[in-house]
Amino acid sequence: MNAPAAAPVASLRDVTLQYGAVRALDRITLDLPAGSMVGLIGPDGVGKSSLLALISGARAVQSGRVEVFGGNMASAAHRGQVCPRIAYMPQGLGKNLYATLSVQENIDFFASLFGHGREERRHRIADLVESTGLAPFVDRPAGKLSGGMKQKLGLCCALVHDPDLLILDEPTTGIDPLSRRQFWELIDRIRAGRPGMSVIVASAYMEEAARFDWLIAMNAGQVLAAGTVQELLASTGADSLEAAFIALLPESERRGHKAVVVTPRPADHRDIAIEARDLTMRFGDFVAVDHVSFRIEQGEIFGFLGSNGCGKTTTMKMMTGLLPPSEGQAWLFGQAVDPNDLDTRRRVGYMSQGFSLYSELTVRQNLELHARLFQIAADAIAERIARVAERFDLVDIMDVLPTALPLGQRQRLSLAVAMIHQPAMLILDEPTSGVDPVARDAFWQTLIELSRRDGVTIFISTHFMNEAARCDRISLMHAGRVLVSDTPGALIETCGAASLEDAFISYLEQATSGAPVAGVPPPALAGNPAERPPARRFDPRRMLSFAHREGLELRRDPVRATLALLGSVFLMFIMAYGISLDVENLTFAVLDRDQTTTSQNYILNIAGSRYFSEQAPITDYADLDRRMRAGKLTLAIEIPPGFGRDVARGAPVTIGAWIDGAMPTRAETVQGYVQGLHTQWLTEKGGLAVPVEIAIRYRYNPDVKSLMAMVPAVIPMLLLLIPSMLTALSVVREKELGSIINLYVTPTTRLEFLLGKQLPYVALGMLNFLLLTALAVTVFGVPLKGSFLTLFAGAVLYVVSATAMGLVMSSFMRSQVAAIFGTAIGTLIPATQYSGFLDPVSSLQGAGAVIGSVYPATYFLIIARGTFAKALNFGDLQSSIVPLVLAVPVLLGLCVLLLKKQEA
Amino acid sequence: MRLSNIVHLGVKELRSLGRDPIMLVLIVYAFTFAIYTAAETMPETLNKAPIAIVDEDRSALSTRLVAAFYPPYFTPPLLISRAEMDKRMDEGMTTFALDIPPNFQRDVLAGRKPDVQLNVDATRISQAFTGAGYIETIVATEVAAFARRYRSETVLPVDLALRARFNPSLNKAWFGSVIEVINQVTLLSIILTGAALIREREHGTVEHLLVMPITPFEIMASKIWSMALVVLLADAASLIFVVQGLLKVPIEGSILLFLAAAAVTLFATTSLGIFLATAARSMPQFALLVILIILPLEMLSGGFTPRESMPVVVRDVMLAAPTTHFVSLAQAVLFRGAGISVVWPQFVALIAIGAAFFTVALLRFRQAISQMV
Repeated sequence: MNAPAAAPVASLRDVTLQYGAVRALDRITLDLPAGSMVGLIGPDGVGKSSLLALISGARAVQSGRVEVFGGNMASAAHRGQVCPRIAYMPQGLGKNLYATLSVQENIDFFASLFGHGREERRHRIADLVESTGLAPFVDRPAGKLSGGMKQKLGLCCALVHDPDLLILDEPTTGIDPLSRRQFWELIDRIRAGRPGMSVIVASAYMEEAARFDWLIAMNAGQVLAAGTVQELLASTGADSLEAAFIALLPESERRGHKAVVVTPRPADHRDIAIEARDLTMRFGDFVAVDHVSFRIEQGEIFGFLGSNGCGKTTTMKMMTGLLPPSEGQAWLFGQAVDPNDLDTRRRVGYMSQGFSLYSELTVRQNLELHARLFQIAADAIAERIARVAERFDLVDIMDVLPTALPLGQRQRLSLAVAMIHQPAMLILDEPTSGVDPVARDAFWQTLIELSRRDGVTIFISTHFMNEAARCDRISLMHAGRVLVSDTPGALIETCGAASLEDAFISYLEQATSGAPVAGVPPPALAGNPAERPPARRFDPRRMLSFAHREGLELRRDPVRATLALLGSVFLMFIMAYGISLDVENLTFAVLDRDQTTTSQNYILNIAGSRYFSEQAPITDYADLDRRMRAGKLTLAIEIPPGFGRDVARGAPVTIGAWIDGAMPTRAETVQGYVQGLHTQWLTEKGGLAVPVEIAIRYRYNPDVKSLMAMVPAVIPMLLLLIPSMLTALSVVREKELGSIINLYVTPTTRLEFLLGKQLPYVALGMLNFLLLTALAVTVFGVPLKGSFLTLFAGAVLYVVSATAMGLVMSSFMRSQVAAIFGTAIGTLIPATQYSGFLDPVSSLQGAGAVIGSVYPATYFLIIARGTFAKALNFGDLQSSIVPLVLAVPVLLGLCVLLLKKQEA
Repeated sequence: MRLSNIVHLGVKELRSLGRDPIMLVLIVYAFTFAIYTAAETMPETLNKAPIAIVDEDRSALSTRLVAAFYPPYFTPPLLISRAEMDKRMDEGMTTFALDIPPNFQRDVLAGRKPDVQLNVDATRISQAFTGAGYIETIVATEVAAFARRYRSETVLPVDLALRARFNPSLNKAWFGSVIEVINQVTLLSIILTGAALIREREHGTVEHLLVMPITPFEIMASKIWSMALVVLLADAASLIFVVQGLLKVPIEGSILLFLAAAAVTLFATTSLGIFLATAARSMPQFALLVILIILPLEMLSGGFTPRESMPVVVRDVMLAAPTTHFVSLAQAVLFRGAGISVVWPQFVALIAIGAAFFTVALLRFRQAISQMV
């Protein structure tokens, strides 16, 4: 069955994939045999993941032809048809899982996407967790699982819909050897239960490659060789796959490689460089590191070996002073680790997991920044950088951005950065994960040289066995505890094991004795694919499963929901009370050049009103000017000399009034007041005969109280700003964190995905609406005179529009920062200024008037004011409901257009 | 503390921002198009106030009244029936409805002082008062002038010459555009610093910094100066090219003095951004916090509605907000041409607020940093 004689499960013809200037896949032509386990081997960054993403349909085909199950993957119809038959587990531990959801909830979510009924799902989940040994942990959140368990959960999620093609991208990278062994046993059992299933696996572990039926060796976007293990070994004449792979590499890349030779350490005893005693770290009830003690001599290479999540990184962080230990103490060079001691930091180089370089700075800029931060003398920097660049072979790539570099070069850069200040000690946290064998060997050569020649103490963590074997001494860590500590040779000997891996596994088995690893695959796993429900264009159940999942995540982050609810209550209070147009206490002063009873009478008329408060009289024009410039006076009145006399005579006379126009809204109000008071005075004096009586009726709000008008207007504003901000990050966050892949590779349509994400926030928004309305009626005493049902219906439509606006931003933006900023500028100005909050939309002009006339807030504002103040019902407000009804499909359609169903 | 560290780390921040094209586009948009549109949209004084007239008299006088309302203050009046009046007001289409009764002209000329009813939609509080005052004056003047042709009346000739200083035509775009600039300054500075810190935490580079001989003070100071510089430059460009250039707003005072105040304000707002980033555990939480903070800052600092109209409690609380002082300073400097001798109290307040925010943020930052890793 190993020969690709039968129809291939996937075939590629001339496939090329380009990311900007980088060519990830270069004219690949390949047939993958069906029904077997195909391995893709090769270092990181050679195009393995890209190839798998193309086959799974997660990534769009650029050029060439990709066929899976006999159909073209560039066709959306074919993808829709075959994607229920494919399961894809992306690279990265639990990348497509939802960290806050439990094991059970994760599997249930994936199962529901493929349309299984509730009963069926319950069955399958029970079977899967039983067979993978996850049964005792079904209620644990995925984020709190160990690396191995996460991968098993990922596998459960992939297998829950009985795929015919299982695609695993580096499923065992970063997990401990025992879990790795269990994982492969599990895969073998599943394949035994479903013999027709094809499996494609990418792996960077050469030692794993031996289990695959068919191998594809890749390098630099090209296929080096394909065939069975025996064929590859035979063709290269190598005795191991690792050697075979190196032999297959082109001459130029192989040149630098030589086998790592560990020179023995000089026997003389040196000082203790690093010491830890009973280091313990607790996060809540969880003990991450449990009484760990060790001593490392100067110049020694000391290795920490263990799976992800076993406490290696936490221990290293405590050693660097990044984390204060809960208990115990650590010493560097005999000095207790003190987070505030900057001098010790100068003697330590630290390289964190995942090479946290500044991806926005070039290689040279990264080196320069660190050299400066370590206070290397300015004139020595250039020379130091040149030397480091030489040593770590970075000379040719000095002006490249780290993101454009393959992992091996990034790792060298990280080490160069950590070494720029010539520290006496290096703390390296998994510096080689994901790096290809050639680069890894070169890296080790450097480490050995540093240790032996320069006497640098190296404290390194790894999960590669062959690397652990190169350390002077190693500690095996598991679940926060050090199981054993000794030289690699002594460990193998004590256990009587054949290799370090076996020795480690036997220690692990002792430590986890009794851990459930079920033996037999339950029969249900061999389900019948013919029962698959037919694909549907829009499946409300899939939408609901996304909604259910998003809702669970929202519930697990109660801070966010609380902020949204309490925050809007808080904002309603300050805005309803704070925003008012009843201006009082305006300052005014008078330049009275007349000083008669008539002029004083005129002034009293103004001073006596509740709007103005009189200040010290103005002495002259200079005083007037100075005080107005300083903003001390809002209104200045000048009464001309002879005012009293002229009034008595009936001679024309003019009173001067200056208003501070710096803030026009306030000036307008003042203008109105002054005019009114003037007319009032004239009328009182009997000097104004108006032949008409003007009866002003202030409708809807007879007392013209700002609060009555403001409260109903604040509700639409808050119901826009907060729900749109809630959804603004929902999609872009999945893009940043990687779980967006579930949209790409499952039968979910974009509309199901978007509506599903939106529903919980619509529910939260409606809760918000009810809360605000209740507050308005009870606390603020603003009666709801019209139809509540109309208001409610309007609110539903409006909240759907508001959340859709956040989704639009989220679908369009690529970073979370941009999504926040974009949503803020897209909602704040239109909501406060173009929607009739203060100035009616009909009074606006220019672009703002256009925005205002299509903006949903405009119409909900009319509905809110209409139902609250004007006692209107559905029939009266139809003309405002219709635009809201239209806004929903328009906005959602825009989201669908902006969201991609495949990675571009 | 080392100045060079602060400088180098700040340069790093600038380079990072330079590599985020979408963010740069958004910044440019916020300081140009957004401000231009907002300023152009603002209605001047009483602009196109929707008015409708129910003319039950159909006389020469009522026709004269109808003709007295014209743009830009009012929309050309719509002649409607009484029944339509209620409907249009309910729908919010009409803010003012003037009802001229039957036999109006006859009664006026007979000196019977007939009633004219003016219906005002009082939910439109911004127009209700001012507009009603205008309409009252217009109706009174027109009717008086009409009557005078037929009867002689004595009028007390006391005139009121009302002038607005610093903005004679009360063009809202003048003040509005400056307020928009201030709003964008606040929004952008909070988001830039806060999100930069959260991003650094999410990408794990913060821990990298913490193992180097650098103090939290240096990290924070570097973020503050670099992001403040970006915002300040955008602020200056926007004021000179958009507000002064495109919108032709005459600026009376010293732009440099205004920018100095902006720099001090940025010290406070960027510190606030850092504080929010330490308070939020994730980007979504930060986003919500930003809205909760930015809304009161924008709406209650005196740029949206006059401070005089706010309740005393709100006014006093808002004294702690940097924007309150910045807005009042901007009015004084840019429009009234005030110098430092006038606005020094605002400067003192801004420096005090900035120092307080910075200290609190620094304490929080030190404390939170251990939980970030």
